[in-house]
Amino acid sequence: MRPSSYPLAERTDMTTEKNPLPLLSVRELTVHGPHVRPLLDAVSFDVPAGGVVALVGESGSGKTMAGRAVMGLLPPQVRQSGGSVLLQGRDVGTMSANALRALRGCDVGMVFQEPMVSLNPAMTIAEQLFEGLRLHERLSVAQARERAIAMLRRVQIADPERCLAAYPHQFSGGMRQRIMLASVMLLKPRLLIADEPTTALDSLSQREVMEIMAELTRTEGTAVLLITHDLGLVARYAQSVVVLEKGRLVEAGPVRSVLTAPRQAYTKSLIAALPQRSAQRPARPVQAPLIEAKDVHVSFPGARQGWLSKATPKLAVRGVSLAIQPGEVVAVVGGSGSGKTTLGRAMIGLLPVAGGDVCFRGTPLGQADAAGRRDFRLACQLVFQDPYSSLDPRQRVRDIVAEPLRHGPPLTREALQASVDAMLDEVGLAGFGERYPHALSGGQRQRVAIARALVRKPAFVVADEPVSALDMTIQKQVLELLRRLQAERGFGCLFISHNLAVVSEIADRIIVMENGRIVEEGSVADIFDRPQQPYTRALLEAATTSDLLAELDAV
Amino acid sequence: MMMKRFLQRLRTNALVGSVLVCLVGAMALLSVFWTPYNPMGVALRQRLQPPSGAYLLGTDEFGRDILSRLMAGAGTSLLVAGLTVALALGLGVVIGLVAGYFRGWLDRVLMVFNDAMLAFPGILLALGVMVIVGANQWGIIVALGLAYAPTAVRVVRGSVLSLREKEYIEASEVIGNSGLRTVFAHILPNCVAPLVVLATSMFGWVILAESALSFLGLGVPPPAPTWGNMLASGRPYIETAAWLGIAPGACIALTLLGVNLLGDALRDWLDPRMEHR
Repeated sequence: MRPSSYPLAERTDMTTEKNPLPLLSVRELTVHGPHVRPLLDAVSFDVPAGGVVALVGESGSGKTMAGRAVMGLLPPQVRQSGGSVLLQGRDVGTMSANALRALRGCDVGMVFQEPMVSLNPAMTIAEQLFEGLRLHERLSVAQARERAIAMLRRVQIADPERCLAAYPHQFSGGMRQRIMLASVMLLKPRLLIADEPTTALDSLSQREVMEIMAELTRTEGTAVLLITHDLGLVARYAQSVVVLEKGRLVEAGPVRSVLTAPRQAYTKSLIAALPQRSAQRPARPVQAPLIEAKDVHVSFPGARQGWLSKATPKLAVRGVSLAIQPGEVVAVVGGSGSGKTTLGRAMIGLLPVAGGDVCFRGTPLGQADAAGRRDFRLACQLVFQDPYSSLDPRQRVRDIVAEPLRHGPPLTREALQASVDAMLDEVGLAGFGERYPHALSGGQRQRVAIARALVRKPAFVVADEPVSALDMTIQKQVLELLRRLQAERGFGCLFISHNLAVVSEIADRIIVMENGRIVEEGSVADIFDRPQQPYTRALLEAATTSDLLAELDAV
Repeated sequence: MMMKRFLQRLRTNALVGSVLVCLVGAMALLSVFWTPYNPMGVALRQRLQPPSGAYLLGTDEFGRDILSRLMAGAGTSLLVAGLTVALALGLGVVIGLVAGYFRGWLDRVLMVFNDAMLAFPGILLALGVMVIVGANQWGIIVALGLAYAPTAVRVVRGSVLSLREKEYIEASEVIGNSGLRTVFAHILPNCVAPLVVLATSMFGWVILAESALSFLGLGVPPPAPTWGNMLASGRPYIETAAWLGIAPGACIALTLLGVNLLGDALRDWLDPRMEHR
């Protein structure tokens, strides 16, 4: 489509005349979905020009809907039933489709949560960057290119020329989110809506993207509406905060006063959900290790260079040795691509090791016979990251939890029922047996996954980012559940996470991995108080714990 | 509110679908015991009669009663279509599951063979098979079943490949389930939706393909009636005696409508996400 084919709104320059109006003013906004209860109930807040306002709440609080209403992008079944959204004094709700289209991108930009799906995989980065530019501004290809390259430099893409010719799949999540940010900021919007912009990223890239976003918007004078469930981000980057709960505004005000002196119980519970370092667990008597990795290497077939050439395997784990004692919780921490997930899979025999060996109760698995491998398989379990994909949608909760028991000693129907019920009770889901996974929330699903993993009383459990996909408050609850069950049942646990703050609550020992190698290991106190490696320090820096509030207080 | 209206529509669909399918089934059953005339009784003096009190749907070019032939043909057509779909899906499910789940060289071998089959037009493939098996209704079932199986293989394998990436499949391995149990307890049930859609559309293809084969003189041999060969033999008279084609055509259309509605209802009913209970 030619850029001149529809009218573009004139952007009134507000910097010249002193305008007391806030850039965005949301007044008594009420939004209804298909249900009687409104998704947003008379929510009001302002975003001043150039300011950063955080919209905070758990999933289902309506924070995303609020962001979408500002863009005039409510989903089909959802309508604005009351109140107004005033952007630079104009009501978004009454704008024509053309006016809205001119508004989007040009005055209001949006960065979405999922960098993996928000860029079009079939278009080069250049095409996607130019699309918006040429839609809203009459630029030649050469001019657009120049602007795009300059912007890519600013989001710290190392080789912008090469980046322009590349496709999204060639970039990591953090880089994609930076490219997304570049494409939005190219148009110099007055308001940037960032909807959970870093939730899908590991804590290192999270930090990186947020720093770049903060710097870029500050220099451009762009206001930011930051939608997030992470109070750490709020404390670091926002000036004021709006707390939503189930569509209602609970509390609003400057970040410092809300976070350090919350008045509402809900805000307090959000703050309490920030990870806290638990007291150092008592030192354990040294025992024979339950499971031991000895110089383990794991490789994946790499990309083939040519048609006929053989692929060169890529090493994901390069010579990792670690031992876990019965009842010990060892955390493996690292950014994405550090090999931590691969190591976890290899330790329970889901991936073959390319070198070295895993010993279970002293027997190397490489030498174990079929029966030995079977015993090992039955003694190990895995808790997955994504509770939405780890449960079979066609099985009832009861059947999901009962399935591992098929491989134990034969049980009577009553005994099976009883142990399933007991397990569900232990994870706090008594009475949920007849439900299907789709009828459960993310936290409840993760509880089912934990029940499935523990029902056979495994000796060793690998927990692969078990709380990363959950809201902060739910995260806290699930972590507490895991910690309680671990203390009661005493299984050995390899706890994988990208977030140091999370593991500080549960681990006896922390191992930091980078590029498939262990770079540092030690007790929680060693890692937190006396980090030796720069990589570990970067991870610590990126972790948001409740210490953050103390920092905020000190300012 | 909206959910309720939706459920209402769902039930109406299921109801209309089952009524149509039951009607056709009853017609086929009844024809075993009674038809208004002998479906194969030639009466040359009564040829090409328009619908009347004596011949409700008229007569064909040999003076045979069309209603009687429709009733007698219903059984054959449904049998052929049903068994063909079952054969094609059966082959498709087994081969598709094996190829998609185990992957590796087995997948490659099966898929090379499968794609070679897909490269031939279905009818051509069926013709070749019928030359070997013979031109009767069993020949048609085998021929069309084999001709449509590759499509089913593709559909099943595609679903399996995407389901394999789900963590609950890995979870099933972690639990200690065998590959066979993982495939049948966790993968196959989650393939049901595309399979039902495929089965209902295939039902239509088969009825039409059977008429095409009849047209080529390779279908169920005359004088035995099927909807397909009735439709084919009515073609030369489309301008002078349109009822010859309209009656079997309408029967095919209504049956397909019924099967499709029933299929959709079945798919939704099997989906735990639909709160039907």
